[in-house]
Amino acid sequence: MDKIDQELLEQIADLHTIPQGSYSIRKNGKVWDRNSTSDIEILPKKDKEGIDVIVHKNVKNQSVHIPVMITQGGLNDLVYNDFYIEENADVLIVAGCGIHNVSTQTSKHQGVHTFHLGKNSRVRYVEKHLGIGNQGEKILDPVTNVFMEEGSTMHMETVQLGGVSHSVRDTKATVADHATLVVEEKILTTGKQSATTNFEVVLQGKNSHAEITSRSVAKDHSYQSFDSQMIGKEECFGHVSCDGILVGNARIDSTPKLSCQNVSSTLIHEAAIGKIAGEQLTKLMTLGLSYEQAEELIIKGFLS
Amino acid sequence: MLTLDHIQYQVGENNTSKNIIEDISFSFLENTLYVITGQNGSGKSTLAKIIMGILPNTKGKIFLGKKDITKKSIQERVQLGLSFAFQQPVRFKGLTVKNLLDTASNHQYSIKELCEYLSMVGLCARDYIARPLDEKLSGGELKRIEIAMTLAQNKPIMIFDEPEAGIDLWSFDDLVKIFLMLKQQGKTIIIISHQEKILSIADQILVMQQGNIIAHGTPTEILPALSTSTKCIKLVEKGGNHGQN
Repeated sequence: MDKIDQELLEQIADLHTIPQGSYSIRKNGKVWDRNSTSDIEILPKKDKEGIDVIVHKNVKNQSVHIPVMITQGGLNDLVYNDFYIEENADVLIVAGCGIHNVSTQTSKHQGVHTFHLGKNSRVRYVEKHLGIGNQGEKILDPVTNVFMEEGSTMHMETVQLGGVSHSVRDTKATVADHATLVVEEKILTTGKQSATTNFEVVLQGKNSHAEITSRSVAKDHSYQSFDSQMIGKEECFGHVSCDGILVGNARIDSTPKLSCQNVSSTLIHEAAIGKIAGEQLTKLMTLGLSYEQAEELIIKGFLS
Repeated sequence: MLTLDHIQYQVGENNTSKNIIEDISFSFLENTLYVITGQNGSGKSTLAKIIMGILPNTKGKIFLGKKDITKKSIQERVQLGLSFAFQQPVRFKGLTVKNLLDTASNHQYSIKELCEYLSMVGLCARDYIARPLDEKLSGGELKRIEIAMTLAQNKPIMIFDEPEAGIDLWSFDDLVKIFLMLKQQGKTIIIISHQEKILSIADQILVMQQGNIIAHGTPTEILPALSTSTKCIKLVEKGGNHGQN
């Protein structure tokens, strides 16, 4: 592992060394290292690039790391990862992709992740995206499909805090009876970067629940789009919240669509986009910060 | 000594202009507790914000000692020893009480020491130190944290804009004790307030009306005349303690 690999793994997966337990580390379009355990099996796909991750029934307090590193310019990496979380299992899945591209060519990674959550299973999924290098574009287009069975819980934390030239994130989820989906998204774009997020959540189970929270900061001339669609087919509760801060000449679009198809479904959408409130900046300046320091602290807190 | 020299603050332009502060000259001495009072709209908060640099005065100068700070930014005034607690505290998504107390104290204190400031304003530090200053905190909680931030700054000149607003009666007594403690520490304290108990602990009360200081003096001199606004005007008519140095 060289210094660049170390930096990428630290930033995207909080890894300082090869992790214990199950992991699959991918670098420049190939498997770099992999380990499978009896609790969490990782099997390579036979028909296409990617893996099947099987978290066995009743496995608790385990984690699996599947980070992706790209340090090669001009690479277009497409991978399909399927996750089968069996009944009553409880697992932390740490994904993420870091692109270190110092070439003039574009590097791209697209991970298509499909989650099958068994009855009463629990998943915490953490995905960080990072781009490093000033010349070639760094593109990340993740696709996430989630199928949740009765009583299951999925908590997704997705973070994109700089360096990614363009990203399109598509997430689709189907939530069954008494199942809960929580998504927390944080995005920072600068320069001429763009980030598009599309959510489609179908609450099809009785007492199903979904909370989607997006916090984004768009600086300079960057552009972000947040498009959420939530469909309530049963007695359910869904809440979508989009908070955006604009700095400079940036732009953020937020497009909500709520479809209540059952008289007992409750769906809520909230969106607030604008510049940093003047009184917040003034307050921090009365604590001794300059305008720029105050702006930085507010953004850091907002995305923390 | 903090000196205001013919301060004016005007809003609007040409025909629609209005003086929020007409012409105020006054010197605030060290080791003294001042309370500025007066009717709503008399210019109290505006004057406090001008002192802090939050609003720019249209005319006049402000001196700290012999140093002209009229053109100094808010940040420079903080570095020179001023602090300000807002009447209506601000909420921040994501920033915690610790983040703000750290910023206020310029990262000088340990968590234990920061917690002591929260305890001083009647908050259980352990429950609050990691909490974000968001909509989940009540107005009263935010107000106490606002005061704790000013205490953590520990500046020689402390300005409090209506510190009693949103504070319950029990905490109000503690708040008065805090001001007395700060006075003992030799601070210059400037409080905007309508509260009789706060007025009564002042060394000097300044009465404002229509953008001017119309009277100033000790509580014994000022309080008897403050029961109605008519009496305030009488003070001027009698020529007693006119607020110009």
